Amino acid sequence: MTEYAQTASLVVARRRASGRGWAAAAWGALGVLAVAVVWELYKFLGPAEGVTIGQVEGQTGSGVMILPRTHDRAMPHIWSMIIRLGEPTSGGSTPPLFVTVAQAALVTLGMAAVGWLIGVAVGALLGLVMQRWKLLEWGLLPWVVVSQIVPLIAFAPVVNAIGNQIDRSGTPWPQWLSVAVIASYLAFFPIAVGVLRGLEAPDRIHVDLMRSYAAGYWATLLRLRLPASVPHLLPALRLAAANAVLGAVVAEVSIGMRGGIGRMLIQLAGQASSDPAAPWGPMFGSIALGLIAAGSVALIGLGLKNYRRGEANT
Amino acid sequence: MRLSKRRGLGLASAAAVTALALAACTGPSDSDSNGADGDFTPLTSIKLQLQWLPQAQFGGYFVALEKGYFEEEGFDSVEIVPSGGDIVPQDALVAGDVDFAVAWVPKVLGSIEATGVELTNIAQVFQSSGTLQVSWKGDGITSVADFEGKRIGSWGFGNEWEIFAAMAAEGLDSTTVSITTQDFSMNALLDGDVDAAQAMTYNELAQVLETVDPATGELYTLDDLDIVAYEDTEGAMLQDALWADTQRLETDPAYADAAVRFLKAVAKGWLYARDNPEEAAEIVYDIASNAEAAFPVGPVHQLWMMNETNKLVWTGAEFGVIDEAAWKKTVAGALSAVNQDGLNLITEEPPASAYSNEYIKKALAELAEEGFDLSGAYTPIDVVLTEGGQ
Repeated sequence: MTEYAQTASLVVARRRASGRGWAAAAWGALGVLAVAVVWELYKFLGPAEGVTIGQVEGQTGSGVMILPRTHDRAMPHIWSMIIRLGEPTSGGSTPPLFVTVAQAALVTLGMAAVGWLIGVAVGALLGLVMQRWKLLEWGLLPWVVVSQIVPLIAFAPVVNAIGNQIDRSGTPWPQWLSVAVIASYLAFFPIAVGVLRGLEAPDRIHVDLMRSYAAGYWATLLRLRLPASVPHLLPALRLAAANAVLGAVVAEVSIGMRGGIGRMLIQLAGQASSDPAAPWGPMFGSIALGLIAAGSVALIGLGLKNYRRGEANT
Repeated sequence: MRLSKRRGLGLASAAAVTALALAACTGPSDSDSNGADGDFTPLTSIKLQLQWLPQAQFGGYFVALEKGYFEEEGFDSVEIVPSGGDIVPQDALVAGDVDFAVAWVPKVLGSIEATGVELTNIAQVFQSSGTLQVSWKGDGITSVADFEGKRIGSWGFGNEWEIFAAMAAEGLDSTTVSITTQDFSMNALLDGDVDAAQAMTYNELAQVLETVDPATGELYTLDDLDIVAYEDTEGAMLQDALWADTQRLETDPAYADAAVRFLKAVAKGWLYARDNPEEAAEIVYDIASNAEAAFPVGPVHQLWMMNETNKLVWTGAEFGVIDEAAWKKTVAGALSAVNQDGLNLITEEPPASAYSNEYIKKALAELAEEGFDLSGAYTPIDVVLTEGGQ
């Protein structure tokens, strides 16, 4: 290939890539628009009091509601939600709702990030030792799986109580650390499994080749197993990021940590009778949060491009 | 080699377990109890645990903080600790996290019997009950007897015992009344999911009145509602009270002394809130929305809450003094109440140490000497609610 042709093909590729970027953005925007249209359409067409079947006359609360209510308290208009974002959070001269939501989202993002880091560290360590010693895999893996069955809302207060105990005995343990630990509890799982599978990913023939070179464990790990694990690792990191955000929000709510988006959501939902559009602010905030978290992890993938052969789905 | 490794692991895990156990045992240390010789260093730093987020329900405490009344009584630092439902005030008090706590009497009576902790009610801030059961006019629920066959909303979390006590007094039980859990918004009532919803005079009632009636385009009014006030029933129980650690009161003179000074500051705070409800509401609203990130309902809602709270605090009785008749009624109600799971709140009388007027009487006497009169009633103001309380 001549140099010219090479450049040309690069330009074409780049143009194609940027075109794909625009198309993806357009599809994304279309998806959001579609949700908004469906929301308003159902609100317009659906009955204000919803549809309930099996209702017994004169018996309040009987029957099963199969279609939700559509009145303004149950389903505020999309534009009411957007207008509400610009209005003061708690009336008076408090800052606009979107500012408060952004601040709260940052607090949650910070805790989720710490939780993600702890989760990645713990998960990677578990994955490493489970791959190194088969016995540990047999012993640990079932427990790693079982750990995810424990409901977070039961686990969160326990972590908080232990944190308080440590704090009381002299070592400072701020409440956000409890939230981060709870978030890490959800985050470590995909990492542990991803690292284990990733390190076991190299073909037998490659492992044998390393052995024929008389390469030791560390050399094999560094030169073969780690590069080969990247396609397993990246989705695991992304899953862990989403889990960490989810864990942080749930943890905030269940241990009553203030300042973050989860607590804000609960607080505003309690006032939803007279201010139904307000809780949608933190709801949008937490959606943005999940996207930002997953997006930041995608950036890591850019740096590891050379190792991403065979990754099933980005 | 193998053996020693295993032994090392065993030792390490034993050490870890021991460390954990030790950490769990290390409670708060009472280093400053000087015996009962009356010779003590006064406490200058205390913590007060609230039972909910900052709002005008706790107006008096925040006013005392803002106006420097705690400093006037010799406290350098006072921390008011909010609870988002995560902290149970009496538990925090027992654990030694705080020095005093605000909690409803029936809830603490339940804790005392269930766990054997020793706590003393040293001031009854709310003299009457603010709990209501709110229904739509025309549905015919104007008394507890009308609950029969209806779907009655309640929050649970210990806020439900007045309902069951009032029902017990009417001979109703959960086989004849359907009790259902409602959330902290008033949507259950507004959507007709319950026939009557639980509401506090100072909070949820206002939420209904801050909502637009889609039929008229105007806010709902009191004329749209039938209200059963538990204060008028046999189920009425004492609510917001200040609790202290019984053992510590008896053995630590510095703590007992601090209790009196603390009550003096609190009484002055509530007195200021009584005479200046607008300013008090503003103080709380400001702290709640800025310093505490509590996302309170708007300023008009806080003024309504301050006004209604003052009515509960200043009934004409002396501030904070526990009325024996009301206490007995609360205990009787707590003994008779059976919830929807067939459980009792308490099965025997609480110990005599569960309340004491000693400290509040002493505080009031000192305040009287200083020229404060803490026995007046509150003259309510008119609060016009707005949509969303903003």
